[in-house]
Amino acid sequence: MIRVGVVGLGKMGLSHLSMIRAHPEVTVDAVVDSASYILGVLSKYTGLKVFTDFEKMLDSVELDAVLIATPTRFHAAMVRTALDHGVHVFCEKPLTLTSAESAELAELASSRGLVTQVGYHNRFVGTFLEAKRLLDASAIGRVTHIKAESYGPVVLKAKGSTWRSKRTEGGGCLYDYAAHPLDLATWFVGDATAVAGTILGSVFSENTEDEVYSTLYFADGVSGQLSVNWSDEAYRKMTTRMSIFGTQGKIIADRQEIQVYLRNTAPAIDGYQQGWTIKSTTELTPEVWFYLRGEEYSAQLDYFVHRIDEPSLDSTNDFASAARTDRIIELLTQDAAGGPRLSSPATVAAATAPTRRRSLLGRRS
Amino acid sequence: MNTTTTTTRVPEPVPAKLDRLLFGDNQFFGINHRSEEKAREQAMRFQNVDAIMDVIDDAYASGIRTLMCTTHDRISEVAERVRAQPERYDGFAFFPCMPYAHKYADAVTESGILGALGRFMPDEGALNAMMRGGRSLAKKDIEGIITLLVDAEMAGFTGVRSPVIWLQNVVVDLLLGLGFSDAFAIFANHVRSKYSAQPGFITMNLPMLLDHLDRAGIENPLVCSNINKIGFRMSGGVEAYQDALEKRPFRAVAMSVFASGAIPPREAIEWIFAQPGIESLVFGASSRNHIESTVGLVREFER
Repeated sequence: MIRVGVVGLGKMGLSHLSMIRAHPEVTVDAVVDSASYILGVLSKYTGLKVFTDFEKMLDSVELDAVLIATPTRFHAAMVRTALDHGVHVFCEKPLTLTSAESAELAELASSRGLVTQVGYHNRFVGTFLEAKRLLDASAIGRVTHIKAESYGPVVLKAKGSTWRSKRTEGGGCLYDYAAHPLDLATWFVGDATAVAGTILGSVFSENTEDEVYSTLYFADGVSGQLSVNWSDEAYRKMTTRMSIFGTQGKIIADRQEIQVYLRNTAPAIDGYQQGWTIKSTTELTPEVWFYLRGEEYSAQLDYFVHRIDEPSLDSTNDFASAARTDRIIELLTQDAAGGPRLSSPATVAAATAPTRRRSLLGRRS
Repeated sequence: MNTTTTTTRVPEPVPAKLDRLLFGDNQFFGINHRSEEKAREQAMRFQNVDAIMDVIDDAYASGIRTLMCTTHDRISEVAERVRAQPERYDGFAFFPCMPYAHKYADAVTESGILGALGRFMPDEGALNAMMRGGRSLAKKDIEGIITLLVDAEMAGFTGVRSPVIWLQNVVVDLLLGLGFSDAFAIFANHVRSKYSAQPGFITMNLPMLLDHLDRAGIENPLVCSNINKIGFRMSGGVEAYQDALEKRPFRAVAMSVFASGAIPPREAIEWIFAQPGIESLVFGASSRNHIESTVGLVREFER
């Protein structure tokens, strides 16, 4: 049995707690949160051992691993403390707020031989796994371009009262939403080498962005476009779509299905024909021991548990991988701050202060 | 793992058998487990309540008398129409499934857990409700909150028949994983005592849930779960489900019988009727043809 502690009982933490507690090879020996009302309820009704202090929990309960799902700004210190106590760490995404810190934690974990994983659950979605398998088999030839999109209805008005509405605490569309398609893009075509033309736009939020658009550059001349908006009410829930264009065809994948077009010059792939082949999640998704909100959430925790027993398993989503995604997030932030290249002085006012520009008639537009 | 329940149980009346076929509402809200595009088409088509009513009327004409539904605002409008024409919709019933999870999930992202709770208290005596809510939290007693939230969700169904009230799967399975079985008993008691309705539980983890409902003291529970030939979203595996259907005392409602279209209809229904102990099937459809062919298949295998 793997003895686990769960840290941070917000939306992600509670659902992780529920899934991991149901895992047949795991016991949850302690939970930590700062909110006493949650701890009170859990302790009274579920018999969980509760703590308000993370270090106290690590000192008084013997654990093999912790799941950290606190607001992002706490990740770095908590992960370090956990690694110093010699426990394996599963941490929610993004790993930390600076890529240097993420890389350092990856280094630290590796030097101690500890298993690490970050909650980029899309890598456990059946359709995205199939896309990865096809790309590894060079099914669509040489990849030239990748389009990474996510849309959903998170922020639909100006007021927000949690850490997710503040960029300084790890909130915002870039950390919360864009991190997912970015991470998938690097999984599919490799690390991004540069970014350009980044826009971090506000639709409603005052202290963070609601839209992220950018051009991405990868090795071997592969280009990418990122388009993310978490203020889109037309979507019922977060929807991530990856479109990958190659010399021999293309792949379009979302959580429900994968649509693959293969040219007649494409290599033969079992189960795929020339022209369109469409496969759905119902045939691509392996069963999980416990289902709460998508097989991928269960599958990633199961994978973490198994990696503790078998460290030789592929280290997908480890800290080093998440640090690379954090690095791209950093590049996007810097690029957006640099602003656009201007064509003439007349456009300066419009480009630097888009919300306050006036039309020729003097009215605010 | 769990504390035993201390809640006093309301004696259960002899439960009425459900209709063989229940009509679901996923198709009206852009929910499709296999295709984002299909989901969007449906969301566009059914944004108008008239379009929803047309399909419900087709279902009614085919002999279907039950809508198993979310508590989405548009369903309240459907309830309003049914309420307005009691003779036209004679014998029609709603089986509300609550809570409408996305509403809460988005609210939690925006306002935190406490903030979200505060936003969903019932309209009737809002202040009173908030005070009850606040006191419940201070007492660390979840009972008040659960009953308040149920009442808020039921507001749209006053004046129409709702003989079964379901706890929706994300909540059931969250509580299940946490080991919070007492919440099931609290829900069941409230549904029985305040609404004289049968409590039901929707789950993606049937075998595990049955153990926990046992522990919560809920006898012969009404449980709805995916039951289909290919084992789609049947956590614990098809065999564990078949074993439960055969041996365990519960009333099974099968959903996702066609696995979102992955199984041909005839094959899907034939398999369902070969399983023991399935009381009812819930299915969604957007056309009269599809409704009639499903009803036809069920009548055929029922014999």
